Amino acid sequence: MTTYYTTSHEWIRLDGDVATVGITAHAAGELGELVFVEAKDVGTELGQGDAAAVVESVKAASDIYAPIAGTIAAFNTKLADGPTLVGDDPEGEGWIFTMKIGDTAQLESLLDEAAYKARL
Amino acid sequence: MSETAPLLRTPLHDLHLELGARMVPFAGYEMPLQYPAGLMAEHLHTRKAAGLFDVSHMGQLRIAAVSGDVRDAALALETLIPVDLAGLGANRQRYGVLTNARGGIMDDLMTANMGGWLFVVVNAACKQADTAHIESALAGRIVVERLEGRALLALQGPLAVEVIAPLCPDAPGMRFMDAIETTVAGIACTLTRSGYTGEDGFEIGVAAEDAERLARALLADERVLPVGLGARDSLRLEAGLCLYGSDLDETTTPIEANLAWAIQKARRAGGAREGGYPGAGIVLRQAAEGVSRLRVGLAAEGRAPVRAHAKLFADQGGTVPVGEVTSGAFGPSVNAPVAMGYVAAEYSANGTVLFAELRGKFVPVKVAPMPFVAPGFKR
Repeated sequence: MTTYYTTSHEWIRLDGDVATVGITAHAAGELGELVFVEAKDVGTELGQGDAAAVVESVKAASDIYAPIAGTIAAFNTKLADGPTLVGDDPEGEGWIFTMKIGDTAQLESLLDEAAYKARL
Repeated sequence: MSETAPLLRTPLHDLHLELGARMVPFAGYEMPLQYPAGLMAEHLHTRKAAGLFDVSHMGQLRIAAVSGDVRDAALALETLIPVDLAGLGANRQRYGVLTNARGGIMDDLMTANMGGWLFVVVNAACKQADTAHIESALAGRIVVERLEGRALLALQGPLAVEVIAPLCPDAPGMRFMDAIETTVAGIACTLTRSGYTGEDGFEIGVAAEDAERLARALLADERVLPVGLGARDSLRLEAGLCLYGSDLDETTTPIEANLAWAIQKARRAGGAREGGYPGAGIVLRQAAEGVSRLRVGLAAEGRAPVRAHAKLFADQGGTVPVGEVTSGAFGPSVNAPVAMGYVAAEYSANGTVLFAELRGKFVPVKVAPMPFVAPGFKR
């Protein structure tokens, strides 16, 4: 499975027509300990770059954007009681939501790991 | 202040960098937002042990009477501040506000009677305006000296007194809101037993050249963690303390801001020195007749923080607007969202359920007493 990255520090990993989305380790480090994470309701249709979720630290709320167009399929419910999981394992267990995607061509507009890391 | 003006630095700038602080612009200064421990850890450590804050950006003023009698300086300042300053004993400090002609708040400040002079601490963003206002209004009666070459450190938390005691034998005998001139670690300073966290603690004013030595002496105690502006904000919010520019401004009066407690009997209706400050007519009328809106504490019911500028409604449909949140964050010690804001007076009773607009939804919040945490003051 290939992981793609956005310039706004999300990652997206594709498995069939379902993609998992989270924030990068770099973003998690910048945000500090999270106190609340919430995704849009399951079934919400999103265009590429639409606000899909929000992560909140003590001080600030930050939007998480849909890396490509799709429909919210699931929220990582572990985050409801344990938002710190994002900081502990941002690119693994701390995933935020999954989305059902259609047009995979939009993936070509994203960054691969090397290109993302080169921008940091 | 120009957006392009270079940021000022406090005397502790190099130490902040050495400690790994993330620096941000704040009120024209480059200030530490947080250190490597992070906001959450810094906040919780301050409530449990002791945190050291650099608040050197704040304005420190030395105000003396032309007559030489500190009481004359106090009486002069009373014409700008609705606080009983003439009745403030030597080595005591009080909170208050500067009002404008409409009774609005120009700044909130701390005034201490140091025996022969008044020591006034004002907000960083207001210090030029405050100084100009006080000087022009009271010319001929007082002399204002901006203590430009001085730093201000705050040591806050339940263990602050144990940390400072070996360095300053005078400190443990002080009560909350005492103010003295003494030495800490052999360094001459103004020392007040007060702060902005809701905890016991001290604020220490020192010459710029001594600031780093003093900070290092305090940080040498392993119970002390450096704490940035991020945790300073969440600590003061849990303590129910106002942030000027957010919770108080030129359009809010002390009565609307629920700061009537800061106006002592002598300055209230029927008091020995009733009124006599800008906007007194409005403030006295509001104190007698009530106000249409009030600052209240707000506790959100879920986990989602309700933040500044969120609109408040009486109904879940969001059709009856009743106010707005002015400060909001997740309270690390409360382990829940905490906020304050202004609501229409009829919705200000504790326990009233309101609804805050949050990302297009209306989430319940309850009007709640402040502070959100029990104060740790040494009375």
